[in-house]
Amino acid sequence: MDLAVADVPDGAIVMFGGFGGAGFPNNLIQGLARRGARNLRVISNNCGTGDGELGILFKNRQIRHVVAAFPGPGATYFQQQFDAGEVELELVPQGILCERMRAFGAGIPAFYSPVGVGTDVAKGKEERVIRGKRYILEQALGADYAFIKAYRADRMGNLVYRKAARNFNPIMATAAKITIVEVDEVVETGTLDPETIVTPSIYVDRIVVAKGIHNA
Amino acid sequence: MPKARLTREQIAERAALELPDGAYVNLGWGIPNLIAAYVPKDVVVYFHSENGILGMGPRAKAGEEDYDLVDAMKVPVTLVPGAAYFSQVDAHVMTRGGHLDICILGGLQVSERGDLANWRVPGAKGAGGIGGAMDISVGAEKLIVTMEHNSKDGQRKIVTACSYPLTAIECVNTIITDLAVIDVTTDGLVLREVAPGFTPEEVQEQTEPKLRCSENVPEMALRTK
Repeated sequence: MDLAVADVPDGAIVMFGGFGGAGFPNNLIQGLARRGARNLRVISNNCGTGDGELGILFKNRQIRHVVAAFPGPGATYFQQQFDAGEVELELVPQGILCERMRAFGAGIPAFYSPVGVGTDVAKGKEERVIRGKRYILEQALGADYAFIKAYRADRMGNLVYRKAARNFNPIMATAAKITIVEVDEVVETGTLDPETIVTPSIYVDRIVVAKGIHNA
Repeated sequence: MPKARLTREQIAERAALELPDGAYVNLGWGIPNLIAAYVPKDVVVYFHSENGILGMGPRAKAGEEDYDLVDAMKVPVTLVPGAAYFSQVDAHVMTRGGHLDICILGGLQVSERGDLANWRVPGAKGAGGIGGAMDISVGAEKLIVTMEHNSKDGQRKIVTACSYPLTAIECVNTIITDLAVIDVTTDGLVLREVAPGFTPEEVQEQTEPKLRCSENVPEMALRTK
């Protein structure tokens, strides 16, 4: 586990899968907490629940900047540091957060979106009228590392997810230079049904097997 | 003694009547989260959860929770027959792309032209959170807002222009409150129904913009009184 995250340097941009307590790479997150890389710029839907999920990284003051859609009332350490002006937040509508990742992974540098027109989200962004409707320009969002959680991998790195634990994970896998996946089990290549593979191996760089940690 | 306004559960009950059979529906936090329990027995709807489920069923029974099968609020849920899982991108292709039939969100303020503010109270502590509300509001084929007609300190929440940070502009179709059902039209707000025992004048008093209405505004039909 610690080997998988041993090269994450100070100041790295890291995105983390997970939503609603499901699909968080909690073992990788704890590995990063032990590694102690600092001044991280992180991208995640939420900002932790107590010490769980990203909470431990905020508790350790390893994070300088966060891009999130819903930091969450349970994100104790984040909220304290945000109120004290110790951590920067870019708040992004959830669908735009993942669409910006999708764009990055797909080689699209920016795109026009109707979400946030006329709101705080539009501040500082180019606005354009297309076929009579207002849109704002959103930038693609990528990272140095994606930490994701899947249910099962084969030895090549093809991934299968479990239920609602899929969420951001397959998108983030496409949007980082190095994608590290935490799985419940690894099976022999060729034993996963190709029809059920959600993330093809081309997006996956490292696999770690670990028993899932749930923060209920 | 002041007349009794609807309870949050009664607002949810009235809102459930807006759901047509076979609809794909997203329910937001707060009062909308109470609506599923009031869907009429002869109506089947499919609930979308923005973490990646279509066909979400009731909360899981104690002892049967699966923490990989949760709603957007971390609550362990179940599936109905025909349900599907998908990624976050697909979850919001459905919201933003206009594929859902009806979305019902909570509200802090709604303006005369249907602007919605529902994610942050100015001056509140903490960072706030947008979540999926902006994508849902922009894309909803039909957007219903359920909320109390007045804030806890008596302020009007249906206003000429929102003073709270906006979620989306010109997005709300119908407002259902503890006093009224109001439609947002190109000609302004139209009072469709009043809560039992209330008059259109009393609803107008608690509403900043002018309400249009017919001569006889019916009372909401509720099973629970």
